[in-house]
Amino acid sequence: MTVQQERTVRGPRAPLSAAERVLAVFGYHLTVYSRTWRGSIVTRVLSPVLFMLSMGIGLGALVDARAGGIDGRPYLQFVVPGIVATQTMWVAWSESSYQVLGYIKWNMGYHAQLATPLRVRDVLAGHFLAITGHLVVATSLFMAVAALFGGFGSWSAVACLPVAVLTGLAFVTPIFAFTATQEGDNGFNILYRWIITPLMLFSGTFFPVDQLPVWMQPVAWVTPLWHGVEACRTVASGWPSGGGILALLGHLLVLAAYAVAGALLAERTFTRRLAS
Amino acid sequence: MSGDDILLRARGLTKRFGDFVAVDGVDFEVRKGECFGFLGPNGAGKSSTMRMVGCVSPVSGGELRLFDLDPATDGPAIRARLGSCPQRDTLDEELTVEENLWVYGRYFGLSRKEVRARAAELLDFAQLTERAGDKVEPLSGGMKRRLTIARSLINSPEILLLDEPTTGLDPQARHVLWDRLFRLKRSGVTLVLTTHYMDEAEQLCDRLVVMDHGRIVAEGSPRELIEQHSTREVLELRFDVDDHGRHAEQVSGIGQRVEVLPDRLLVYAHDGDRASADVHARGVQPLSSLVRRSTLEDVFLTLTGRTLVD
Repeated sequence: MTVQQERTVRGPRAPLSAAERVLAVFGYHLTVYSRTWRGSIVTRVLSPVLFMLSMGIGLGALVDARAGGIDGRPYLQFVVPGIVATQTMWVAWSESSYQVLGYIKWNMGYHAQLATPLRVRDVLAGHFLAITGHLVVATSLFMAVAALFGGFGSWSAVACLPVAVLTGLAFVTPIFAFTATQEGDNGFNILYRWIITPLMLFSGTFFPVDQLPVWMQPVAWVTPLWHGVEACRTVASGWPSGGGILALLGHLLVLAAYAVAGALLAERTFTRRLAS
Repeated sequence: MSGDDILLRARGLTKRFGDFVAVDGVDFEVRKGECFGFLGPNGAGKSSTMRMVGCVSPVSGGELRLFDLDPATDGPAIRARLGSCPQRDTLDEELTVEENLWVYGRYFGLSRKEVRARAAELLDFAQLTERAGDKVEPLSGGMKRRLTIARSLINSPEILLLDEPTTGLDPQARHVLWDRLFRLKRSGVTLVLTTHYMDEAEQLCDRLVVMDHGRIVAEGSPRELIEQHSTREVLELRFDVDDHGRHAEQVSGIGQRVEVLPDRLLVYAHDGDRASADVHARGVQPLSSLVRRSTLEDVFLTLTGRTLVD
């Protein structure tokens, strides 16, 4: 109580712990979200419904009738875990590109935060935490709708949630690092057309990667989305055992490496942009 | 003057961006309770100096100390004791007026309860109590500026940094803001501000430095600067011509110095009325002639040969 009292009077006050600083930033984003969630929630529910209708009832019926599904399962249960992973990439994209450039350039929210005891890494960590929250909400909604349409065959699919959130973070932090180097639209257009869209199409979301020409397969292996799709698909089709566990851990490790490397890079690009 | 009273000290302070030197070895000290100003045109290095003082931009050379602490090692601890009002409002327009304050107070570690109490006080101070629950976006420029200042006071700072506090405001809004800044100063807050308005510097600053091209060209109280670098009065002459330089010859020798501006001649004299009489005695017929007291604008013109606002 005495420490708290001291903070409102002039003079040196007790420094904040790292957790307090990050939570203060998270609290800001939560306040903003409490004002804006109504606009996003409709999209978040509607988009999985559209996917289920087109993939399950449209494409799925065709694949199941002609090829008897994939690996003995209905196409819907093949494609849904892949889309669960892929939609996190879109959430990551929308939260980490223009939004972040706005905080850097337009409303200058980051500048306001950095004029306080917060450091660049606090500002980033708090924002990452808030986007993790978005990923959890978006993925949960998506999975709930998909489950209603029969998109999952096993209860083990609940593990798709943390796996998909990690997949999203593997995109969030590198996109943050990239955004801090941008001035306007051009870079974002290139990123979207040449990375995000091809990844969606060729990372095994809609068909197994081994359908691709042999030379293209290694490309898929180094992208984070393929690892996210594979990991989600693994846990959705029953708890893995033996070699399956090892493969799953491998995928998660790659995703974590992307997220951590992106965060470290983002701290550098943000420092250069905002505190130089 | 005891050393304890100096809150902010810069020695040879330098800021470089690549090859460009934005701040070129400036020295200054700010004492507790005073209002200290940086006066200069756009691009003089005021904002770069301010960003270093605000501990958001690292020092490229020289020494900078706030509260005897070094920004390079104690940035967060220093920022905890500063208030910072940037040149452009960085408010959250989607949030309400009071939410902007609540959120900001949390960055300084104030509890929810403290932040609410403090926000209520500050909204009263900023004359925004009636707008507390409104969104920021539709507020007027003057209101947003007052909210930005209220926000920068949430942590009860010892030094308040104001980068061009009234740029872009209408005259009435400027006067309201000046009044609030006076009150703050009287309550013991040390103010450090930049401005390119000489009237603002004269109104608010106890002491100021004049900056140009990254260097300090003069230092003192507004009155001292005028006494040292200008005459007591100025006679302004306008002629019905495109080039006022043509008339400079005709009035040379009158007063102490003649300055040619695109739209008028300035005759620096201790007695403006007498200079005016001398001009008329020579048979020179200006369109208009006006005698006024010297201002900081004249000081700047004398020191740099240029006007503050072009």
